[in-house]
Order: sequence, then structure tokens, then C-alpha cells
Amino acid sequence: MAKLESTFKNMFLSLFTICLVVAVLLAQVNKITAKPIAEAKAKKLENAIREVVPPFDNNPVAEAYKIPDGAGDSLTVYPAKKGDELVGFAITSYSNNAFGGNIQIIVGFDTNNRIVNYSVLSHAETPGLGAKVVQWFKDPSKPNRCIIGRDLSKEKLSVSKDGGNVDAITASTITSRAFLEAVNKAYAAYTHTIVGDAASGATTAGEDAVSGATTENDEDIASDTMINENNKTTEEENHAE
Amino acid sequence: MRNNIKILINGIVKENPTFVLLLGMCPTLATSSSALNGMSMGLATLFVLTCSNLAISSLKNLIPDMVRIPAYIVVIATFVTIVEMVMNAYLPALADSLGIFIPLIVVNCIVLGRAEAFASKNKVVSSVFDGLGIGIGFTLALTILGALREFLGTGKIFSMTVYPENYGSLIFVLAPGAFIVLGYLIAIFNKLQKKTN
Repeated sequence: MAKLESTFKNMFLSLFTICLVVAVLLAQVNKITAKPIAEAKAKKLENAIREVVPPFDNNPVAEAYKIPDGAGDSLTVYPAKKGDELVGFAITSYSNNAFGGNIQIIVGFDTNNRIVNYSVLSHAETPGLGAKVVQWFKDPSKPNRCIIGRDLSKEKLSVSKDGGNVDAITASTITSRAFLEAVNKAYAAYTHTIVGDAASGATTAGEDAVSGATTENDEDIASDTMINENNKTTEEENHAE
Repeated sequence: MRNNIKILINGIVKENPTFVLLLGMCPTLATSSSALNGMSMGLATLFVLTCSNLAISSLKNLIPDMVRIPAYIVVIATFVTIVEMVMNAYLPALADSLGIFIPLIVVNCIVLGRAEAFASKNKVVSSVFDGLGIGIGFTLALTILGALREFLGTGKIFSMTVYPENYGSLIFVLAPGAFIVLGYLIAIFNKLQKKTN
């Protein structure tokens, strides 16, 4: 068969037919893979939750709700329950101040302000340096950098370079700072949740907390965030990771 | 058949996309940080290359010359999207580690290059063999490069520890290491080829 001439009609028909066939083909593949993709995503999230909170038997994903973080975005809270009793919360949090921009984490708290575990959902940190964030803060044999088991109502997390209580990842202070910022943000959401439950029984809490103790906490968080931000802008100029 | 075998070998050795043609450098450098990543990227490209060569070669007379490039890109993008969806569905961990580089196979110049230079001028069977040959060449190159970088950088090959990670030199996992290892590999490959000629 001879090659089709490049007339307008031929070109139109040729491209149109190719696109039509391709669209039908892709629609079919999408139909087949849509369900496994959704399942894989749900499983990934569920595994992450399972990793960071005490054992539970409810469906935290179905009971999840969102809490505003005060910066125009919101954090998702996954309550974990055993029977009817609340055993902890998994909270997804983020920071945009990491070395590679955005970092997404999920942090688990028990009901007594303690961190149970954390997991990094996505990051773009340097391999071998900032990327160590995935394991760095989990090592129980290194109490200076391990954040697991810390009671956040008693201490605020910040890197030792800023006068804080957590050893930063070697040569990756910016990553560490961003990570702790995300953890603190998650804890802020956590305190909101507790207040919401205590004050009204509702699942979402307003920006203004009512109980005295928690209000204090909230102010701490607010001022700490501000300090962190100030630190960041001054240090950005002379800091190299 | 003998001719087809020749085309296959040609893609792996004489016109190896990475070591000889130096095509598709972006995914080569970016995804070869470990042997497994490099190999997966190579295999994904192998699939796309073979399918697009097959499709374009069979359609070559139905595609008018003036719209051939858009037509090729639509065909290539289709196969890449299929790979991406299947990978997300059944190999989510791998899809995560390769990330954006899977969709970017669409603009990998090896694929479009073979479509334009080979598939649009040759018979269907030869085109499939060309796709397979170039694809295997690319996969081998990426696997070797990935394995070397992983070995020098972290002391592992395919995630199996050969020597303790502390002795690894991080630079090989990062971008500069990719250039260094690739440069040496190209030099060695050229030397070997000259000897066999």
C-alpha cells in the first residue's frame, strides 16, 4: 500500500483515528487498573497508620477528619480505637521548609501526648543526607535523637543547634528542622482534637481552644512556630546543608 | 531471521543507546542510583520501545508525513501511560521509586528516535527486533551503571550487602557519581569495541 499523501483530509483522518483508538484503549486499561490503584493507595495509607499508632481494630480511614493548621491548609487526623476505647491518633502533617521543598509525614500519638512512631510518606531530600530522615529519629539506642516516646506536653521539639532537645541529622539541619516543624504541627492538631472531644464531643475543634491548659499549649505552639520561622529567615542566608 | 538477529545484536552492541548513541541521558543519569531502579527503568523503556516500534511500523503507510511526529508521540504516550497505570496498580513501591521518570519515557529521545529512524522505514518484524535490541541494550547499560553506582556508593548490589555501607562513597549515588561512572563505562566500552573491530 502506498503512503498516504499529506493532504488536509488525510492528515485529519489519520490523527483523528489514531487518537480515537488510543482513547478507547486507555479507557479500557484505566477501567482495569483503577481499582487496584485505589486499593494500593489505601493499603499504603493503612500500613502507614498501623505502623505509627498502638494496635487498633476500627477503620481509621473511614473515621478520619480534617483540622485546620492555621496556615490555610489542613491536617488529616485518623483516630485509632480498640473496641470503643480511643488508643491513639495518626496525623498526617507536612512542612514546606525541607531542603527538597515539601515533606509529608504521618505521626502517631497515644492518648497521653506521647509520640508512638512516625513514618515519612514522601520527601525529596538528598540521598545519604537528608533522606536519612526516614529512620534517623526512630533509633531507641540514641536517646538524643529518638523522638519516639517523647511527651510533647512537657517539651517542644527542636534541633539542638537551635538550643533544642533533638540531635539533627548530620549535615542535614534544614531537613531535621522541617521534620520537627511537621511533628509539632501534628501535635498542634492533636491538642485541638483532644479539646474538641472534651469540650463539645464534636469531632472537629475550632481554632479557639477553651480549656485553660490547652490554650496555653496552643500559644506555645504559635509562638514557637514564629520563632522557628524567624530563625529560618536569618539562617537561610548563611546556611549550607 | 539472520538479518533480524543482526538487528538485535546491533541494538545491544554497535548502536547501544547509552554507550554509543548517548541518547536518553536524563533517565539514564537519574534512575540509575541503584541496580534495581536502573533495571526497572530499562525494562519499562524496553516494553514501550518494542510496542511503539511495532505499532508505528504497521501504521507507517497510514500516517501522512506531515503529521508523523504528533502521531508517533500519541502512540508512544499511550504505551507509556499503560506502563504507568499497570505499575501503579501492581508494583506501587517501584512506581514510587521511579516517580516522574516513567511518564517522562514519552519524551525519551531513544523511543522517538527509533520510531523516526527505524520503524517508519522498515518492516514490522525488523522493527520489533530493533525495539527489542535497543531496549535490551538500554536495560543492560542502566543495570550495569546502577549496579556500579550502588556498589561504590552503598556497598550493595540489588540491595544485597557486599561490604559495610560506611565504606561507600556517597558521591556515587548522587548526580556527580552518575557522570563519573558513565564516563568511565563509555571509555571502557569504546576500547572494547575498537579491539573487536
